[in-house]
Amino acid sequence: MARSVSVQAKAGYTIAAWVIALVLFSPILWVLLTAFKTEAEAIASRPTFLPETFTLENFAAVQERSDYFKHAINSIVVSVGSTLLGLVLGIPAAWAMAFAPTKRTKDVLMWMLSTKMMPAVGVLIPIYLIFRDLRLLDTVHGLTIIMTLINLPIIIWMLYTYFKEIPVDILEAARMDGAELWNEIVHVLVPMAVPGIASTLLLNVILAWNEAFWTITLTSGRAGTLTAFISSFSSPQGLFLAKLSAASLLAIAPILLLGWFSQKQLVRGLTFGAVK
Amino acid sequence: MKLTPIFVTAITLALATSASAQTLTIATVNNGDMVRMQALSPEFTKATGIELNWVVLEENTLRQNVTTDIATNGGQYDVMTIGTYEAPIWAKQGWLVPLDGLSADAGYDVNDILPPIRAGLSYEDKLYAAPFYGESSFIMYRKDLMEKAGLTMPDAPTWEFIGQAARAMTDRANDINGICLRGKAGWGENMAFLTAMSNSFGASWFDENWKPQFDQPEWKNTLDTYLSLMADAGPAGASSNGFNENLTLFQQGKCGMWIDATVAASFVTNPKDSTVADKVGFTLAPDNGLGKRGNWLWAWSLAIPKSSQNAEAAEKFINWATNKDYLATVAAADGWANVPPGTRSSLYANADYQAAAPFAKMTLDSINSADPAHPTVKPVPYTGVQFVAIPEFAGIATNVGQLFSAALAGQMTGDAALAQAQEATTRDMTRAGYIK
Repeated sequence: MARSVSVQAKAGYTIAAWVIALVLFSPILWVLLTAFKTEAEAIASRPTFLPETFTLENFAAVQERSDYFKHAINSIVVSVGSTLLGLVLGIPAAWAMAFAPTKRTKDVLMWMLSTKMMPAVGVLIPIYLIFRDLRLLDTVHGLTIIMTLINLPIIIWMLYTYFKEIPVDILEAARMDGAELWNEIVHVLVPMAVPGIASTLLLNVILAWNEAFWTITLTSGRAGTLTAFISSFSSPQGLFLAKLSAASLLAIAPILLLGWFSQKQLVRGLTFGAVK
Repeated sequence: MKLTPIFVTAITLALATSASAQTLTIATVNNGDMVRMQALSPEFTKATGIELNWVVLEENTLRQNVTTDIATNGGQYDVMTIGTYEAPIWAKQGWLVPLDGLSADAGYDVNDILPPIRAGLSYEDKLYAAPFYGESSFIMYRKDLMEKAGLTMPDAPTWEFIGQAARAMTDRANDINGICLRGKAGWGENMAFLTAMSNSFGASWFDENWKPQFDQPEWKNTLDTYLSLMADAGPAGASSNGFNENLTLFQQGKCGMWIDATVAASFVTNPKDSTVADKVGFTLAPDNGLGKRGNWLWAWSLAIPKSSQNAEAAEKFINWATNKDYLATVAAADGWANVPPGTRSSLYANADYQAAAPFAKMTLDSINSADPAHPTVKPVPYTGVQFVAIPEFAGIATNVGQLFSAALAGQMTGDAALAQAQEATTRDMTRAGYIK
């Protein structure tokens, strides 16, 4: 009896999970289908599900008008670069907060998180002026720096949570064996926290990849990433939905594939320490 | 160690490459005419050796980016695409380079620019932006549905006739709406249409002392007419409809009439996208016999920010993109129907253009009937037809647009929307120092 209830519950959870997953995936599916429709079909007042006229002309038009590969390379450099830089800064900071806390550690963590609470536009003018004066406008390294800074609180918070799950005794044993701070972090802490570091890395690559406000505001062509690439296909006068969908599909495809292949690692990292 | 010489060589090469060619950064919107300009621009590079770096953005994003850049003297852009709203305000702030070179160039023939457009882009009689394409608004209507309703569209219709025709053409059973008008909130959306419409009802945003006028009977008359017309003959969910949504409805045969930008004429008559391409007629925007019609005036234009380090080259580019030869270049590449309209008198005297664009005369008449210097029946302290050329207008009009859009959606009455618009605008204008 108990077994049949369990099977029913499992079936219910499975169905619910599928429904939620399909609802979440439906905008991406819509973009995928619209990218292969003609502009007229894309905006038809009685929308079609599958393309009536299957076309690749939107992808050709997108590539003709804009250099996809240049934007994609900028996206890769900025998202990977900012995440690696963030980890280099974040791992020692999270180590200090997790294993050498002071009475102000909680306040520092909250203060770091509070910087994410202000809308980005609130600091637009000061950041813009700093970038102008440091000649960082429309540069990939400038964009990498700002992306590191805006994601650093999340990196430190995630790593801090993972590090707190590692028994401090192991680190103390390493110290007893004569390990210095650098060796303790690199050879003991980091290998044990690989799942957490990997999921932090993946999540921050995704966040940096999808960031639009700063990448569009601080670039003007040369350092533009794929979010700037998508933005150029929206139009106030004229038909653009199919081309916009094609551009969006091209922009999200790499990160979608990355998420697909690394989902096991991502889920493992995100649930790390969730069950004690 | 061996990497150092390679690194130094790479930097030297990069610097040498960047020094050898001058590069202009151009910010523009993703409209068909701009995309065509981008496609044809290698001809400019070939002729001058000046490289072009294009930044194409959605309109609101473009506005935010170029405003941030020009207000902070950022210098990211050498050429900016701006409209008739920004040009006089930014020129007054000293943010734009006057286009004296174009005015002095006989080959450019600045006197060929349509006078209302030139006036809208000038400040203290100096041209600060060169028009790339200009537009007014007019009525696009279905000739077959008008005939079916037993009516004939006059050359210069009144609002009374438009109301009568819209109701007669409405056929709810067949999903045909007598009229499609903008309802989406925004200073460049529903408020562009309603401000132009209010001019023909004798209304204005402000009196000569900058006192808001939403409590006057002219505004009540404007809004009541709009709301009842849309309730009787407009499409469902019209409070979400802007240019593109109405374009779609019209192209799919769901609208008897549509009052909007003249640039839409080429879209609705294009058989590739429009199911009613051969059934469309054009006529002037309506009036009430008060001397002003309900049409607007706008020009997407090219300007040089003061912060540009390449002003001379930027002016060369603007000269190329907005002179008469450019129109001929587009005609040779894509036909006369696709040349950017609404900027030059000579285009409308061109027989090839007249033959290719059946809406040409009506576009010209609409542009010429707009007067940005005297937009309203009563005297006002501002310029601009569908906007008020003050920096505070975009924010204020977006607030008012949200109230009027809510009234269209049935969330409040027209009277309540007007009362709140009056209160909010009075408060904002007092804070801004216009009302003492």
